[in-house]
Amino acid sequence: MDDDGILLSVKNLSTHFFTEDGIAKAVQDVSFSIKKSKTFALVGESGCGKSVTALSIMRLVPEPPGKIVAGKIIFEGRDLSVLSEKQMRSVRGNKIAMIFQEPMTSLNPVYTVGNQIVEAIKLHQKKSTSQAWADAVGMLRKVGIADPERRINEYPHQLSGGMRQRVMLAMAVSCEPALLIADEPTTALDVTIQAQILDLLDELQKQNGMSILLITHDLGIVAERADSVAVMYASRIVEVADSQSLFAEPLHPYTQGLLKSLPRLGFSGRRLQTISGNVPEPLRFPAGCKFHPRCPVGCNDKRCQTVEPKLRNVKGGRYVACWYAKEYEEK
Amino acid sequence: MTAYIIRRLLYTIPIVFGVLLITFVLFNLVGGDVTDQIAGKAASKETREEIRQEYGWDKPLFLSWDSQFFNYLKNAVTFDFGRSWEDRELIIDKIKRGAGPSLSLTIPMFIGTVVISISLALIVAFLRGTIIDALAVLLCVAGMSIPFLSFILFGQYFLAFKWGLFPVFFRPDLSPPQYVALPVLIGIAAGLGGNLRFYRTVMLDEMRNDYVRTAFAKGLSTKRVLFKHVLKNSMIPIITQVVLAIPFLFLGSLLLERFFGIPGLGYLMIEAIGARDFQVINAMTYIGAILFVIFNLITDICYCLVDPRITLE
Repeated sequence: MDDDGILLSVKNLSTHFFTEDGIAKAVQDVSFSIKKSKTFALVGESGCGKSVTALSIMRLVPEPPGKIVAGKIIFEGRDLSVLSEKQMRSVRGNKIAMIFQEPMTSLNPVYTVGNQIVEAIKLHQKKSTSQAWADAVGMLRKVGIADPERRINEYPHQLSGGMRQRVMLAMAVSCEPALLIADEPTTALDVTIQAQILDLLDELQKQNGMSILLITHDLGIVAERADSVAVMYASRIVEVADSQSLFAEPLHPYTQGLLKSLPRLGFSGRRLQTISGNVPEPLRFPAGCKFHPRCPVGCNDKRCQTVEPKLRNVKGGRYVACWYAKEYEEK
Repeated sequence: MTAYIIRRLLYTIPIVFGVLLITFVLFNLVGGDVTDQIAGKAASKETREEIRQEYGWDKPLFLSWDSQFFNYLKNAVTFDFGRSWEDRELIIDKIKRGAGPSLSLTIPMFIGTVVISISLALIVAFLRGTIIDALAVLLCVAGMSIPFLSFILFGQYFLAFKWGLFPVFFRPDLSPPQYVALPVLIGIAAGLGGNLRFYRTVMLDEMRNDYVRTAFAKGLSTKRVLFKHVLKNSMIPIITQVVLAIPFLFLGSLLLERFFGIPGLGYLMIEAIGARDFQVINAMTYIGAILFVIFNLITDICYCLVDPRITLE
């Protein structure tokens, strides 16, 4: 990966949770980088560590029990992992903003939406209260909320789920962040609203030139919206590629399984293929490659059962963590 | 909202009526004939008859405009509780006299406990899972496990008697801050454990919510997240606990007043119970019931003020 135009690069990030039942290694040795004004998608099943990765970047992992145990998070030339809490506060919401999966509960129910947006603006920008309110109205209009002058004085419970996610977005982009982390921003919304919110994200990205880290389990969204993709499985990244080549030719058996389990246009009605088995629990990860018990290729391979493959570069800028990737490369 | 308040105030009528009915029946059922107590065992039949007439005990219990129960209701509504059987002083005067010392004891104790335990709870809740949190919980449980009496005895013996930091007992020449200081301290110390633990649980529940994560993601400081976002959301259980405790402030603190000889309402109540002075007990019960109903309504209005999702209809 070349270094120019890179906004954020996460290097060998490991985040563990120290629980009474043992150490849950939620994120292990995760590396990726996000280019300026691009959308980078982090895909994976629930519990694979994608949200914890995002929270680690924001340094919002609840500590204890969680802890970033290793790795660097280089953002605009600074390593966020060593910043003091005070320095980090000037990054959060200002340079890196985040929106969450649950718009219904992510806003504070006892304050008006205006109060909550203005709070973010005044925290990071030297603006008078009236200027901040005017900005907040402008932001609400920008995210497509009709009648923003009235809506700004309403409480979250008076808004629909889609509108609340728009408010979250308005709040997140109010300080023009360089990076927006969107953690499953549309999972809780119905399909038409999903498309609207994603379109809005695209539009805001074009206007502000911000990068987006899109966390999702929806491969459909990834194909349409992301420039590049990292696939996560059981705390590790198993494959990184630009989204076109990933969908054209998935290299990791897990990615292949995921794509085969998607319904396609012209699909003739046979049963969809599934990946057998379940995602392992973080406290009971299998030895070797964590995917090997479910892997159609390597389940009987001694090497896959005992030694974990590292993410490595195979043909032209594609990264795969699989012992068989070499064979794919040669094919 | 106004309509709701009026309706709720109207509801208080049957509630208070019920309280009066129950106390009346209970005192007549189990109280027995108090004439002996007032007149003394040696009194003549005529004296006893006189006393019965004076208190209206010769009248029918119910079922007449001049029945005992009806007069009792009438007196309750006009706050005319009659005279104490013990020293024949007007009961309302006794209550008025006791209210001052009682409130100067219970109000600072109450405010102190609430402010200290809520602030500490916010801090401890933020430090959840750390040594400090574990230690705080341990101290809370220890504090809750020590009987209230031990706090009083310890405070009175060591702080007042041994070390002379406070007066040991009430004296008429002392000003309220002087004679109330130690009981207030003891009350706060004894109540802190339970309160702190309760508020800590409330805050911890609240801090698990998604909006807290959003607030941190904005870049807010911990202090601001706790005191602006978490505190206002935890107001519902706090209000329930706090506002409904206020009626009891007027009833004084039975043990503290007794041990420190503070001539308040708690002291009055204990004396009345000891002397079987039912009129006084009755009056205190009635006032307590009214206050409780009123503060229940105030609680509901407060809910509405802190949480926009709650509307009173």
